[in-house]
Amino acid sequence: MQLTLEFKGGLELLFGSVKVHQIEVEPSDGKDKLKLQELLIWVRNHLLKERPEMFMKGNSVRPGVLVLINDCDWELLGQLDAVVDEKDTVVFISTLHGG
Amino acid sequence: MVRNCELCLERRAALRRPKTAQKICRECFYTAFETEVHEIIIKYQLFKEGERVAIAASGGKDSTVLAHVLTELNKRHSYGLDLFLLSIDEGITGYRDDSLETVKRNEVQYGIPLKIVSYKDLYGWSMDEIVGEIGLKNNCTFCGVFRRQALDRGAAMMKAQKLATGHNADDMAETVLLNLLRGDIARLSRCTAIVTGEDGALPRCKPFKYAYEKEIVMYAYFKKLDYFSTECIYSPNAYRGFVREFIKDLESIRPRAILDIIKSGESFRIIPTTKMPVQGNCERCGYISSQRLCKACVLLEGLNRGLPRLGISKAQSFQVSSDGNNDKRKNVVHERSKSRLVQHNIK
Repeated sequence: MQLTLEFKGGLELLFGSVKVHQIEVEPSDGKDKLKLQELLIWVRNHLLKERPEMFMKGNSVRPGVLVLINDCDWELLGQLDAVVDEKDTVVFISTLHGG
Repeated sequence: MVRNCELCLERRAALRRPKTAQKICRECFYTAFETEVHEIIIKYQLFKEGERVAIAASGGKDSTVLAHVLTELNKRHSYGLDLFLLSIDEGITGYRDDSLETVKRNEVQYGIPLKIVSYKDLYGWSMDEIVGEIGLKNNCTFCGVFRRQALDRGAAMMKAQKLATGHNADDMAETVLLNLLRGDIARLSRCTAIVTGEDGALPRCKPFKYAYEKEIVMYAYFKKLDYFSTECIYSPNAYRGFVREFIKDLESIRPRAILDIIKSGESFRIIPTTKMPVQGNCERCGYISSQRLCKACVLLEGLNRGLPRLGISKAQSFQVSSDGNNDKRKNVVHERSKSRLVQHNIK
């Protein structure tokens, strides 16, 4: 499954200062959709370069990090249970940096 | 599946508002956000017609959205305000110099003038030089104290009648908790005020006092506003960070918690017999102060006398020179920064 991930609001610093990542990830157990919960773990294991605690807390994103799937707030989509599909774009924005 | 917007019932919802839990579309969100800021401005009479207003602009999300929204509302509702951007250059290489570039772009994007004032000009010291003296432990104290005055001085220089800052609801809740944790009764009683310094030369107001950080960031993201978001390289040690994280944890459980903490802060009543610091003016620079010398002058004296912990350590191991004449270098720098101020004014 091809996805576009974007890291903004300072989060890109944890990902080698690269804001946009094109990734190829396969859902486990032959399912055709991927839950955000799985995607986050994949991101932590494959993309995250430093300070994982700035991105994740427990099994979710750190509070204060906004997540949008195809420009829609993940709070409308079930957060960790939200599913992503082929060619979707997931954006992560930190709100924790100075105003 | 995402449902339609709860307000217009037509377009697809794009976000859940933390304040109301409403699921709404982008267009209804813009309208709701801007309308609420407008209503706060009117309800609390934050501005008067014809006023010259400095927008404290750091290049970050809050001040960028504030500059955008105030420019827009000023036109839409004919406030008749003379707006300009005011930025402080603390002299932090790799942080402020980059963010100032953002502010310079904002100047063009919003079509309002920009004035930049530097710590080096005002105090004779940049933050990089201060960190060189004192290390990374109390540097944010210097920066915060100096910035507060720098905004006032810069605004006065530009003949502003009011200063608008981008403090949002999350910041307010943090400040309430911080002052509670520090036991700072005097600040606790005034930190939630939407306008401060009304009796002084330059009142300050916070049009985003009730605006959630999440909404400010969503607004900037959806509108593709140009803002700068690299963490200050000196800030990881800041005490505020811990409170900030706590507030975010609370918000993720119950978003209303932020407004509730602000409400609690507003509702504090200090027993009238409590001994409170009396606000006066600094003997040296004239800035508002509850002490004989304002914090900035004490910190500056420490730096100039090579005793940078002066004004920071709780133990009174250092004494501030009583007549202000014991140390020539300090006065020279202070005078020099004043004269630079004047030169800038002329430019």
